[in-house]
Amino acid sequence: MNRRKIIEQNIFRTLCGIASYSLIFMLGFIILIIFYKGVGSLSLEMVTKPPSGGYYFGGDGGILNAIIGSLYIAIGATLIAIIFGMPAALYINVHLVKRKKLQNAIRYFLDALWGIPSIVYGAFGFTLMLAMGLGASLLAGIITVALLITPIMIRTFDEVLSAIPMGLHEASLALGSTNTQTAFRVMLKQGFSGFITAVLLAFGRGIGDAASVLFTAGYTDLIPRNLDEPAATLPLAIFFQLSSPIPEVQERAYAAATILTIIILIISLTARTFSRKFTRTSIK
Amino acid sequence: MISYTTQAEAWPVNRKASLTISRPEPEFRIEGLNVYAGEKHILKNINLEIPRNKITVLLGPSGCGKTTLLKSMNRLTDLYSELKVSGHIFIENDDILNGTKNIPGIRQKMGLLSQKPFPLPVSIYKNVAYGIRLKGIKNKQLLDYNVEKKLREVGLWEEVKDRLHDSPERLSIGQQQRLCLARGLAVKPSIILADEPTSALDPVSSKIIENLFRDLKRHYTIILVTHVLRQAQRLADHVVFMNYGEIIEQGHPRDLFREPKTPQLKEYLVDGN
Repeated sequence: MNRRKIIEQNIFRTLCGIASYSLIFMLGFIILIIFYKGVGSLSLEMVTKPPSGGYYFGGDGGILNAIIGSLYIAIGATLIAIIFGMPAALYINVHLVKRKKLQNAIRYFLDALWGIPSIVYGAFGFTLMLAMGLGASLLAGIITVALLITPIMIRTFDEVLSAIPMGLHEASLALGSTNTQTAFRVMLKQGFSGFITAVLLAFGRGIGDAASVLFTAGYTDLIPRNLDEPAATLPLAIFFQLSSPIPEVQERAYAAATILTIIILIISLTARTFSRKFTRTSIK
Repeated sequence: MISYTTQAEAWPVNRKASLTISRPEPEFRIEGLNVYAGEKHILKNINLEIPRNKITVLLGPSGCGKTTLLKSMNRLTDLYSELKVSGHIFIENDDILNGTKNIPGIRQKMGLLSQKPFPLPVSIYKNVAYGIRLKGIKNKQLLDYNVEKKLREVGLWEEVKDRLHDSPERLSIGQQQRLCLARGLAVKPSIILADEPTSALDPVSSKIIENLFRDLKRHYTIILVTHVLRQAQRLADHVVFMNYGEIIEQGHPRDLFREPKTPQLKEYLVDGN
């Protein structure tokens, strides 16, 4: 190799290195700051109790209402997204394999839906809620968040499925499987780790979104016991506390952010372990 | 209605067969098969009879339409929007290209072996059991028996019997190819469609597959696509030489390879050797 090529090689390697490591550094930095600022006000009380009077002015209690509310909404919405999204992604890649134009049209629309800001979903959900005669409630929140995350779920899973070689698809059909058997017995298994990624991405987006639940789920100090009761959420808890002028309350916002991050980490790790068991026999 | 016409059509054929006893009925009869990919005419008016329990080799340079011909036989051409298929392919007088058909059922009459092995994302055992299960067989003993039998048939049993429930990923590519063959045979087909099945394999594994084919032709009709002349010479009972989407010449390998009639085949034989 001549000198010029070696220099070129080195420059690009350094640039790529900087780009990747700076991303990891940024992620680490964000987590560190949140933990650093929040860990002081983290307490057992915070995760085990709903707010008692005057919590947002520095009173006693915790944010259990928001933790539970967020989990209810995110899990509910993710389940709906799975119920609609998983078959949809499989359908696009198995049943519509011959109809490239339709496939592309569907993908285009899903991408467009993915790109819509969540406040627009919030507004749409609000209209829907009024039309259905619902008040700000857990159910309205779940439906709105489900609308927000279903396209994300479908497109992420779809990307993985579309990368599965045609040979596997052909092999399954050649053995006499129908399209549906190919979808659920072969493609789903082969793309299972991608499916888990899709679920995680959807869940993370769902639990972290504030704008879509602002009008639809509302906010309350109580833990919801029914689908028609309003529900508090962590992003809104962070928002309300961070906008307080009292430093102690602001600190609690960081603690709430820490809790949100930890929840996402736990869910992500569990799902990864779970998926590894399932994809033991998939072909890499 | 359909069964009536099929029987009516079957009559003269059977009578003809009984008159010329020496010639068994072909496994496949292809009539006027045309395949277009967009504007491109990739198979041009193919008429072909595939003899039963023989190895028929589709020979020709890359891109001559061999694989497309093979894929139209089990209707995998259905998967590609750009392919327009017309004509007739008869199996037991049943035209598989026309009318609404039980396509999975048709495909189960044939085992497919592709260029590269594509094991299913399940254990070795489940790979072989997959097709059997699709036929509705759930009995564990019956499955065990069949899985072992098919793995023995391809000479893989001794190599995998202790890791039946592991992923096939760890197997060598040659073993994976034999697993795919066992998986195809487990569906009890009468035909094996093999699309350059040794092109990704090392010489030793290729030889194993070739020897298997020699044994298997007693029970199966084998259609082998290859561009390797020597492989065709080693295996073929009947050779179909194709070029530019047309059948140029066909016949017994002895006649074809010793005295090629067409300049295309002569050229191919010279270049290939």
